[in-house]
Amino acid sequence: MSSRTLKKIAGKIGFAILLAAILLFTVFPFYYAILTSFKSGSELFTVEYWISSFDFANYAAVLGQGSFVKSIWNSVLVSFATVLIAMGFGLTAAYALGRVQFRGRSAVLMIVLGVSMFPQVAVLSGLFEVIRAMNLYNDPLALIFSYTIFTLPFTVWILTTFMRQLPKELEEAAIVDGASPLTTLFRVFVPLMWPAMATTGLLAFIAAWNEFLFALTFTLTDDQRTVPVAIALITGGSQHELPWGNLMAASVIVTVPLVVLVLIFQRRIVSGLTAGAVKG
Amino acid sequence: MAHTTPAPAETEAVGKTPTASVPARRQASKVRRQRLRAAWVFLIPMLLVLAAVAGWPLFRTIWFSFTDASFANISEYSWVGFENYLVYDDGMWFGVLADPTWWQAVWNTLFFTVVSVGAETVLGLIIALTLNAQFRGRGWIRAATLIPWAIPTIVSAKMWGWMLHDQFGIINDLLMTLGIIAEPLNWTANADLSMWAVIMVDVWKTTPFMALLTLAALQMLPSDCYEAAKVDGIHPVRVFFKVTLPLITPALMVAIIFRVLDALRVFDVIYVLTSNSEDTMSMSVYARQQLVQFQDVGYGSAASTVLFLIIALATITYLYLGRKQIGGEA
Repeated sequence: MSSRTLKKIAGKIGFAILLAAILLFTVFPFYYAILTSFKSGSELFTVEYWISSFDFANYAAVLGQGSFVKSIWNSVLVSFATVLIAMGFGLTAAYALGRVQFRGRSAVLMIVLGVSMFPQVAVLSGLFEVIRAMNLYNDPLALIFSYTIFTLPFTVWILTTFMRQLPKELEEAAIVDGASPLTTLFRVFVPLMWPAMATTGLLAFIAAWNEFLFALTFTLTDDQRTVPVAIALITGGSQHELPWGNLMAASVIVTVPLVVLVLIFQRRIVSGLTAGAVKG
Repeated sequence: MAHTTPAPAETEAVGKTPTASVPARRQASKVRRQRLRAAWVFLIPMLLVLAAVAGWPLFRTIWFSFTDASFANISEYSWVGFENYLVYDDGMWFGVLADPTWWQAVWNTLFFTVVSVGAETVLGLIIALTLNAQFRGRGWIRAATLIPWAIPTIVSAKMWGWMLHDQFGIINDLLMTLGIIAEPLNWTANADLSMWAVIMVDVWKTTPFMALLTLAALQMLPSDCYEAAKVDGIHPVRVFFKVTLPLITPALMVAIIFRVLDALRVFDVIYVLTSNSEDTMSMSVYARQQLVQFQDVGYGSAASTVLFLIIALATITYLYLGRKQIGGEA
């Protein structure tokens, strides 16, 4: 064998090792959570690298708790409502920002971007007061209201980016036809924006589903909580007696739908992330 | 039917050639005015919502920071001036700015931000360069890298908390099997290790974001300069540093700034992995502890306001630098 082919083979092997390392790095913790969720009792305390048993006891225990099932419902409700609100306000705003040239446009874009950078804790006490005043404390509705602070800015931002990319001719035809801006938006743009809207909606959904700080602060009782808070507050007798099996089963339950969504829509998500450079 | 509307202007224009453009122009400016009005009608609801969920609460937080409001009874408070920030009383300094725990939190946050964003950028770049190559199953690997990104931060903190468990954790087991450590380490409770544990979880969770943004930038690069470099027989490493890196730097900077602003407000991962331990406490964790656990809305709001000012400063710098890019073509 010549040194050239040797070098080529070595390169290929190196590349394969690199790929394996990346795959291990990204997938292993999730795999290990699944592995743990199938173990029960004393099995938990022996480290294993392969799935050896399929014991659904942890899943049964978690789903048997009414409050955990309720928190899944709360999360679903809050996430869907948040997405709908962000879409409703975001779509019209994105049309104005993406298609109309007017004074103050970049100022509005700055405000939108600025709000998306807000540290959540900076509005915590102010929001708490507003929520108290609206009598929404310990109510998932308070979360729908407060999540708008992060879903709306990036919805506007990404939809504006997509809206800008559509050709001018489309709109010119509608204007020549005398269509009103609202008709133009819903008849011309919305049908073309479906992919972008799906992307944005999915990102907003994931952001709302994963939110923790507001959910932790604005809810108090088990049956009003969302899933992340429910999981964070699963406790045993002490720090050393955390029911790890149950915890991992709960984690898998709330993560699997997201992972499936992400795998199906991966192309869309990538285009959305790069269009808006949103936070994860 | 809609076609008929602009027709009169057209026929007029054909008829009277010299003055033809006047009605047409009037028509055009009418359309433009209508569009302008519509633009604001479309924007105002969105701006009102932002004012209600962001503007007003922020104003109230800053307001509270000058009062002694408490969490249990937020409507009764009195004005205390700058006492929550800094006050000299009886030979001692008090307030957020005089609290060593706050400065510890500031230091922790900065350390966390620099180390984790740095590591994410380098790892993200490596993954992006790997995925930029042509090979079978690339789509699958790219999908796999999205998994950590999709997992809720809380869940990833718990998953890692289990993997890093001092007695039954797989990481200690692995390191001991490999002979790297002799005794199991208490990752999340040991003062020297807990920040590294937090950084590890954050790097795992957000590297995919960096990798995907970097990959997108890589895929937009023109291929001709690479062909030229190949013909000239320039070493790939040299090509990377002389061609690739300068070309993707703008995109990389955007991603880094987003991550920095995000890391400065970190809360979830630290709160879940190490709870209120002072060794890892970030500015957000500190502010929330004052607000909720100690029920001191005034003091907690002062801390939140300082955090807001730090992030605002960073954001304004970024907006100022990126202004041209954002305000660009419509």
